[in-house]
Amino acid sequence: MTTQEWKFTAKEIAEKPDQFLSGHRACAGCVPATVLKLVMKATRGPTIVTEATGCMEVVSSIYPYTSWSVPWIHTAFETAAANAAGIDAALKALKRKGQLKEHVDIIAFAGDGGTYDIGFQALSGAVERGHDFLFVLYDNEGYMNTGIQRSGGTPIGAATTTSPAGKVVPGKLQHKKPITDIMVAHGIEYVATASPYYWKDLLTKVRKGLEVEGPAFLHVLAPCPRGWRSEPADSIYYSKLAVETCVFPLWEAINGQYQLSTPSKLIALAPQKKKPVTEYLNGQGRYRHLFKPQGKAILDEIQRWTDDRWAKLLKKCVEEQKT
Amino acid sequence: MAGKIKQLRMGLNGDEAVAYAVKQSDVDVVAAYPITPQTIIVEKFSEYVADGEVNTEFVCTESEHSAITACIAASATGARTFTASASAGLALMHEMLFVASGCRVPIVMAIANRALSAPLNIHGDHSDSMAQRDSGWIQIFVENSQEAYDSVIQAFRIAENTNVLLPVIVGLDGFTLSHTLENVDTLPDESVKQFVGRRQFTTVTTHEGKTVPFKLDPANPMTIGPIALPNYYFEFKRQQEEAMKNALEVIQKVHDEYAKLSSRSYGNGLIEEYFLEDAEVAVVCLGSTAGTLKTVVDGLRQEGIKVGLLRLRVFRPFPAEAIRNALKNAKMVVVMDKCMSFGGNGGAVFHEVRSAMYDVNSRPLIVNYIYGLGGRDTPPKEFRKILEDMHRMLHAGRVDKLVHYIGLRE
Repeated sequence: MTTQEWKFTAKEIAEKPDQFLSGHRACAGCVPATVLKLVMKATRGPTIVTEATGCMEVVSSIYPYTSWSVPWIHTAFETAAANAAGIDAALKALKRKGQLKEHVDIIAFAGDGGTYDIGFQALSGAVERGHDFLFVLYDNEGYMNTGIQRSGGTPIGAATTTSPAGKVVPGKLQHKKPITDIMVAHGIEYVATASPYYWKDLLTKVRKGLEVEGPAFLHVLAPCPRGWRSEPADSIYYSKLAVETCVFPLWEAINGQYQLSTPSKLIALAPQKKKPVTEYLNGQGRYRHLFKPQGKAILDEIQRWTDDRWAKLLKKCVEEQKT
Repeated sequence: MAGKIKQLRMGLNGDEAVAYAVKQSDVDVVAAYPITPQTIIVEKFSEYVADGEVNTEFVCTESEHSAITACIAASATGARTFTASASAGLALMHEMLFVASGCRVPIVMAIANRALSAPLNIHGDHSDSMAQRDSGWIQIFVENSQEAYDSVIQAFRIAENTNVLLPVIVGLDGFTLSHTLENVDTLPDESVKQFVGRRQFTTVTTHEGKTVPFKLDPANPMTIGPIALPNYYFEFKRQQEEAMKNALEVIQKVHDEYAKLSSRSYGNGLIEEYFLEDAEVAVVCLGSTAGTLKTVVDGLRQEGIKVGLLRLRVFRPFPAEAIRNALKNAKMVVVMDKCMSFGGNGGAVFHEVRSAMYDVNSRPLIVNYIYGLGGRDTPPKEFRKILEDMHRMLHAGRVDKLVHYIGLRE
């Protein structure tokens, strides 16, 4: 990939017409909608978008209305990557036959359900085959569209309607699947994490992903006030805190080489800046039960796991820097 | 035109005949996954790709579900697309078959018809296609490899017709056709290319009043596959039914045009009649069984027994009118089903033929024979026995039961 860095300015971004338009039916404080809007601000030319079934598909395409000013297709829940594969194959064939001249980028959006769980096979297959597309995971850590059920992306301790906090079970019992590392393990050129609070970082990563000739994967944390039982006005605040607590560090893996992105790099350089996870968890209703005496063990486990993963990430980045 | 084009006679099995037709049909994208007895189609096509004989983008997906999905998205992007499957593979596609017809993408799919598990069985019957009866796909069943070749070429024209815009399944009997070598007369590449032509697009009017082609095109952005609430969903489905009705006519037109080009025809394109005019007992079937039944009918006719055959070439859209006309003189109709509808009191073809005949004044007796499940062979003598029994029952004037099974332990 090119080493060119994109400097997106606020003015430039404000002036670029939206490709994900207002008027959609997302809830107040919905970060996935913000993510879509930001991602579409970083497109570099003709683009076809495909989406998995989910909140963002539903809020943006209620017939006869649409929020998309670019060509857009939805087929099913588990199919975002397979759609991208089909579009890629069609574009290649039409180009070869001289029926298409220009390059067209492909972006596939899916939530955590459509990525970690039901869509994982199609994603892994499409990535293995090397189709040229950017897969954007907007991770709100649960099946929010169907009413807040647990997914492979739901963190430990979180209460959902299928992992409720009960008298004997304290919410979800398992950790989040390390989806981004799994995508790095596919051996693709570009994998990154992003948070909409750090919007320039997010836009730059979208553009880098589009520049790649082949599959690229972008994991964006996208708070959902309905599902997280948090205040709509706090959504972006949580996008920031997740990074500051190292619950969701920002990094890129370019050709498998891990490197921290600036917001996380600053924490690595000044570890005293790393905030305790409770600052992030407190205030999210899905973790309310953890702040009672019996929840302490889970809180400790979340901190331990976060520290462990952060240490491992730092090690990966250091090792890459050495080589 | 008839007979003027020099055709090349090739030794091909059904799968190879399909692959050869796809090769000649200027297909842009093939996305598929291997499954017996379809696999030869994608293997053969892979060879064409490897040898640079086609300009097609070939995608070997990680499942049938992704194969059909990739076809839907590719077709929506403007590509002519093809896939092939069978049995469990078709069942895995089930969800997406409805999406394909609902998105009105003209995919062509060959199905080497095979039994469904459990128990696991790789041999031929019609359970797989029949389970997709209401998925909104046009379904053609062929009698032999020649017809498989001819039908795949026709299928692109039918599917892509802007009054139809529905996906098409061409079903060929697993192993009986898919793996059996036959002489197949093939048209020159140029004739096929000309016959199928370039894909046509229907146009839609945008909210800005622009008329644009119905496809994913950055110059004319369009939202395909949206969510439709109770206020619009029903109209989408009603339009699909209208397209099916249109297909009845288009299938015949394309069949007739192809017949002029190739000098080969299959009845009127919807049904094929064989000695039905004065038949007292008429037998109805799909697929390669018709070949066997024609021999049986020939034998009985020589003995003066008035039997005839109706081969249903097109199962969806169901050609009820043509069937009524063809069977109106019959006193008894025997419907052969190579599939079960458990608890349904007979097979799918039986139900539909019987329903179509309800409006015929003569109201012939209609009975159902279920045969050949899981690839069990049904030799001519067993069919002959059925027809003799029926002929006798007819003259005795009574039928004991409606649904019969043949060739199995009971």
